[in-house]
Amino acid sequence: MRSDGSQSAPLSLKIAAACGLLFLHLPILLIFVYAFTTEEKSFVWPPPGLTTQWFAVTWNRPDVWQALSLSVRVAAISTAIALVLGTLCSAAVSRTKFFGRETISLLVILPIALPGIITGIALRSAFSLADIPFSFWTIVLGHATFCVVVVYNNAVARFRRTSGSMIEASMDLGADGFQTFRHVVLPNIATALLAGGMLAFALSFDEVIVTTFTAGQQQTLPIWMLEELIRPRQRPVTNVVAMVVVLVTLLPILAAYYLTRGGDQIAGSGK
Amino acid sequence: MSLDAAIQRATAPAILPGSGGVRGALSDLFWRRPKVLLLLMLLPPVLWLGIVYIGSLFALLAQSFFSIDEFSGLINRQFTLKTYGDLFQAANLDIILRTVTMAALVTLASAIIAFPIAYYAARYARGRWKALFYLGIMLPLWSSYLVKIYAWKLILAKEGILTWLFGKLHLQWLIDAWLSLPVVGGNSLSVSFTGTFIVFVYVWLPFMILPVQAALERVPGNLVEASSDLGASPGQTFRNVLFPLALPGIVAGSIFTFSLTLGDYIIPQIIGTSRLFIGQAVYSQQGTAGNIPLAAAFTVVPIVIMGFYLWGAKRMGAFDAL
Repeated sequence: MRSDGSQSAPLSLKIAAACGLLFLHLPILLIFVYAFTTEEKSFVWPPPGLTTQWFAVTWNRPDVWQALSLSVRVAAISTAIALVLGTLCSAAVSRTKFFGRETISLLVILPIALPGIITGIALRSAFSLADIPFSFWTIVLGHATFCVVVVYNNAVARFRRTSGSMIEASMDLGADGFQTFRHVVLPNIATALLAGGMLAFALSFDEVIVTTFTAGQQQTLPIWMLEELIRPRQRPVTNVVAMVVVLVTLLPILAAYYLTRGGDQIAGSGK
Repeated sequence: MSLDAAIQRATAPAILPGSGGVRGALSDLFWRRPKVLLLLMLLPPVLWLGIVYIGSLFALLAQSFFSIDEFSGLINRQFTLKTYGDLFQAANLDIILRTVTMAALVTLASAIIAFPIAYYAARYARGRWKALFYLGIMLPLWSSYLVKIYAWKLILAKEGILTWLFGKLHLQWLIDAWLSLPVVGGNSLSVSFTGTFIVFVYVWLPFMILPVQAALERVPGNLVEASSDLGASPGQTFRNVLFPLALPGIVAGSIFTFSLTLGDYIIPQIIGTSRLFIGQAVYSQQGTAGNIPLAAAFTVVPIVIMGFYLWGAKRMGAFDAL
């Protein structure tokens, strides 16, 4: 056996790995085919014919647009809140050692470590105890809570790699704390924050379990899809929406990957 | 008053004048008393998570000690363990047992499917292939959860691609034989436990691959070579060298697959039988049944199970592999 570490893998391993990756990707690709099928009433394969008419039909559906707009607004505001809270928390945890530091990390990770249903029902029962009616803001409240962790993870990884002496140098050269933050700290963590923000956006945009508990009558896009999954009314429209959702979530993930690659921790490796 | 100013007065003129105003004062305060800055930085996130999240969790746990009046349907706000007693009714024990069994099987299957992918990505993939593998795992991980379930609804439907494929291969009898089995079978794959199982494995698989890959990447390549130089067959090397070293990664991944399966209620609702899982029980108890105390008690089950699981995982060193 050569020992330069470049020997090729056994065939069985190659096949097993390839099959595993196919298992992960083929189902998603199938969605793309179904978006063009002419069949309306069932999920029949192979599709009897191909058409693009469903894109036009979906385009003219006000309920899809409303759900999409609600999802985008919720995701944008949750991401903004998560960016502020996550950055503050990561800066505090990585800059200094203090009593209860581990507890803070645990506190941030907990909303995503516990099953979503627990977060959801806990928030819902708290709303009902406090007599808070369901609204746009109750959805945001839930989403921001579990989005903090992705921003936090990305920012902590970046802080770990930036040297604290740069801040001291900046202060020695006469910058005050705010100038140091603006001209030294922020440029250093900007791409990590951008990546974390995009992942938080994707996470919020896609979230359904917590949302079912914290949304009243309003429908985010995932809630709209869930309704269609439980009681299919118009399958072709659902197919098109599913395809668009795949494409829309693809872009932030790719962008986040390119922003943080080469680092010791690449964005998104812990959802 | 700034630090510069203090020095200025004591010794020679400073290079830079001290910055004045509120901004300067704040900046100086943060520099001289880092604790104040730390406190200000920690306050918003801790208040948010502490009040919104931990507060809600405690509110929920508190409700599990209430009980519901069976006649009026009103919640009786007095401390009682009766609701926890209700958990041990046969029907509820059934639900818990079913969920835990499913979570264990899903974890096992994910580990088996994940290992070759993680192993190839960690030891053989280089350069462009490495990036491709990484994205190949990351994209399904981040793809929409509902879209993934929807894709399987398409695949497992009676008229769907799987039936078509098995028909083309003249293996239709295989599906029929499997579906006629008790427990795992059903009318079609999309309304059987087999379907639920497949979708769970599919959706949580990336959560298993990543930590296993991370653990395998830390295994020095020369250990494997040493093992084969000393005469071990590839099988022996795997059993005695690779597997024990990858185990913390597998345990770390299993935390995700196990916990996520325990708490999920959407997958078994869309693809599966009418028999409930813990998540569905919680959902229906708090929704249609209006029995928040029992729903709260039900959520304590996965918390307790995961508590023990995490304790065991920590002893096996799984947290270093995360």
